[in-house]
Amino acid sequence: MKFGVVRFPGSCDETDALLACRRYADAEILWHGDRDLHGVDAVVVPGGFSYGDYLRVGAIARFSPVMEAVGELAASGGHVLGICNGFQVLCEAGLLPGALLPNAGRRFLCRQVDVEVVRADSPFTRMAAPGQILSIPVKHTTGRYYAPGEVLESMNAHGQIILRYAEGHNPNGSVGDVAGVSNEAGNVMGLMPHPEHAVDALTGSEDGGVIFESLASVAIAA
Amino acid sequence: MRASPHRELGLTDAEYELILQKLGRDPNGLELAVFSLMWSEHCAYKHSKKLLGRLPTEGPHLLMGPGENAGAVDIGDGMAIAFKVESHNHPSAVEPFQGAATGVGGILRDVFAVGARPIAVLDSLRFGELDSPRSLYLLDGAVSGIGHYGNSIGVPTVGGEVYFEAAYEQNCLVNAMCLGIARHERLTSSAAAGVGNLLVLMGARTGRDGIGGASVLASAELDAEDESKRPTVQIGDPFEEKRVMEACLELLDRSTLASLQDLGAAGLSSSSSEMASKGEVGLDIDVSAVPVREDDMEPFEIMISESQERMLAVVEPDRLAELEEVCERWEVRSSVIGSVTDTRRLRVLDGAELVGDMPVAALVDDCPLYDLEPAAPEAQIYPAPEAVLESEDPAWILPALLGSPNLASRRPLFEQYDSLVQSRTVRRPEQADAAVLQLYPESTGPGSPGIAVAIDGNGRRVACDPYTGTVEAVLECAANLACVGAEPLGLTNCLNFGNPEKPHVAWQLERSVAGMADALTELGVPVVGGNVSLYNESGGGPIYPTPVVAMVGAVPDTALAPGYGFAREGDAVALVAARGAQVSARGSELAKLAGEELPLGLTPIDVGAVREVIELVREGARSGALASAHDVAEGGLAVALAECAVAGGIGAIVGWDGDEDPVQLFGEGAGRFVVSGRTEAIEALGPLATRIGTVGGAALSIGPVDWEVAQLRGASEALAAAFA
Repeated sequence: MKFGVVRFPGSCDETDALLACRRYADAEILWHGDRDLHGVDAVVVPGGFSYGDYLRVGAIARFSPVMEAVGELAASGGHVLGICNGFQVLCEAGLLPGALLPNAGRRFLCRQVDVEVVRADSPFTRMAAPGQILSIPVKHTTGRYYAPGEVLESMNAHGQIILRYAEGHNPNGSVGDVAGVSNEAGNVMGLMPHPEHAVDALTGSEDGGVIFESLASVAIAA
Repeated sequence: MRASPHRELGLTDAEYELILQKLGRDPNGLELAVFSLMWSEHCAYKHSKKLLGRLPTEGPHLLMGPGENAGAVDIGDGMAIAFKVESHNHPSAVEPFQGAATGVGGILRDVFAVGARPIAVLDSLRFGELDSPRSLYLLDGAVSGIGHYGNSIGVPTVGGEVYFEAAYEQNCLVNAMCLGIARHERLTSSAAAGVGNLLVLMGARTGRDGIGGASVLASAELDAEDESKRPTVQIGDPFEEKRVMEACLELLDRSTLASLQDLGAAGLSSSSSEMASKGEVGLDIDVSAVPVREDDMEPFEIMISESQERMLAVVEPDRLAELEEVCERWEVRSSVIGSVTDTRRLRVLDGAELVGDMPVAALVDDCPLYDLEPAAPEAQIYPAPEAVLESEDPAWILPALLGSPNLASRRPLFEQYDSLVQSRTVRRPEQADAAVLQLYPESTGPGSPGIAVAIDGNGRRVACDPYTGTVEAVLECAANLACVGAEPLGLTNCLNFGNPEKPHVAWQLERSVAGMADALTELGVPVVGGNVSLYNESGGGPIYPTPVVAMVGAVPDTALAPGYGFAREGDAVALVAARGAQVSARGSELAKLAGEELPLGLTPIDVGAVREVIELVREGARSGALASAHDVAEGGLAVALAECAVAGGIGAIVGWDGDEDPVQLFGEGAGRFVVSGRTEAIEALGPLATRIGTVGGAALSIGPVDWEVAQLRGASEALAAAFA
């Protein structure tokens, strides 16, 4: 099993994501200008400020050559995980429903929050227990999840809300406390919390490891 | 040009005469502009250089001392930590967001210029009192600017400090520190080498931003017309810097470069002449080869522009293609703008035309150095703070102190910074007395070695007594490190003072440096580099003298580093104090609340005795014996206990013999710690430790007075209102 972690100019958390993936499987960096995914089994689009994000966040990254290949991987049922800026990029690319808006508090916010596993039957959470609370940090300015009412209803109906902020932990005003969502097919997921910063008790928490562990296990099972 | 353009550029008549001598002719406009910057206080340290010689700069762990872009210390296993703190005060007072952002950008470049990958940023901020709209504006802008740059570039902001005092109302302070990691052999000098080698400018285009920043902003007092100085503040682009940083680090990894230097104050003028001076060579620069933002820029503007995100490299001609390939991949502009010569002169060409020709030594070494003319003031020069104390009752005073701007939780600030990226952060802001970073995030085994870093500098204490206040700042930094079990390896400083040409400011500066030198010599810690920021004055007089010191130390096992929060029900609480430690309300936060005059003189400190207790706490912390450790600083013992309770979310019962004297509860003085741990571990600390209580419950009880921990936490959250 091998993860690929995308590196855009302006990515910040790609090395953290690479190290997190390597705790559970092989992993390598994928260069933004390269259409070739080097045969990886799953792709992580990491956090940071792709291309500086001076325009709307993620708006430029979606046009990069690597994202073309990631789109093809997703279309063929391959697993794609977007974290923070990666989540924003996947929404911009139309691979996930909804959008990320500026935080209700309008400021960058770095904080450890509790996140509840809503669905433990997704490929991204299958090693977690339903209702399990994960302590994972968020750090973003543009993390308020939004989707129109009818879209949210459809997402609920299809089980696409994978993670919610626990009560009292919504850091940004996200609609319905949504912290992580999948596409309808269930093979693409995005989340604002940073599981790659929660894989070691030494640095605060190991609760985020379950996301990478789940993905590694599903790929091996397949 | 007008009759005495040199005066408008900040040069004295005598300095101008000296320039005429060195050149043997009248300087042209470009040469005069370059000289005025190179001979400014900011670049030449002409009022501080003689004093700085008193600071110890030798130590067993020192790899690179003052003189390079950043200093570096050995941390074992062939690895080094490079670090430096620098000021960006005047730009931040004029435009806080960009001033603070480019302060961070500049210190990052200093660190990767020596070949180290930046792994952490800290900041030290000073503003006026929070009831002033100007202070709120400056605070908000500076914090946003620091976050904007650090967050975007992927370097965590892991610590810092902020104080609010009326003396900083007009002239705020923004000091930024960066630490980087490198293998020893990767550390790179900025000395230009190899006659015939090429000079390559990398990064952003050169524009008109920051023209003359070093002389106009950094080396003169602020005045009412500062709005007109906005164009001298640079604009930052962290995305550009991120790519420049990655390109430079890759080039250094591949040993492509002969030397590397960042462009900071005075732009190309200072970076090129300093490279030439260190390498004992000359440089030819063709300004027509410099990519510019505006077509009609004059040669002198190109030479002194302070546009950000630029680096200057020396490369052998046959490795230029390699440099260009790396830069292209990172989408970084690179241009050959000149070459290394054997002339020992800085020659500036505009195409074929020679437009400036100056001896490098005259620019870098020949600026006259001035002796200070210090005179101690007969009375305190700073006005008394405004009284806000409503009660003498300790039950009232403790929450009031916890909610006062200088003591309240800094969470509303540090939550605006990414403190986690790079996966090194083992102790986050307000978890421990110092930030703790692991060196090897890729390692998954037990026992992860690391470093700790703390930054300190209480200006009001230094205003009370420049010598003792500075000794305290150094000792507090060492105490912060001790609380996480770190052994200090080196110190960087930023000396923020007023106009050194005024005798009382000269006195503050001289006494402060003397205190720093004596304390560091006693502790055996060298200065690895730093920065001096003078002329921090406005119509309201000088700022509090503010020597900011930051210490880096080694932690053998970061997993053992205690936080300061109480950890377990039933643990013993002890006060560990230096022999003969003095406690006084003079110059304390309590005295500030009471509106008392600042005293002139603090109680002298026995540094040797404090060193002894610091070493005791350090051993206890690094051995894993202590569950918590906290330095007793502003607000005294009661505030330290409250901070331990709030951070741990658990109370304590502390015995008190009923003496109602608030000085014992809230008085301040160096060399005291609050620690907790198993009874045996506390007893093993020996006679300097006195058990004073037991951890447990939902309240902090000190003798007859109880405070719910939730009440204390609520009081400490007062700063949130500043960002509402």
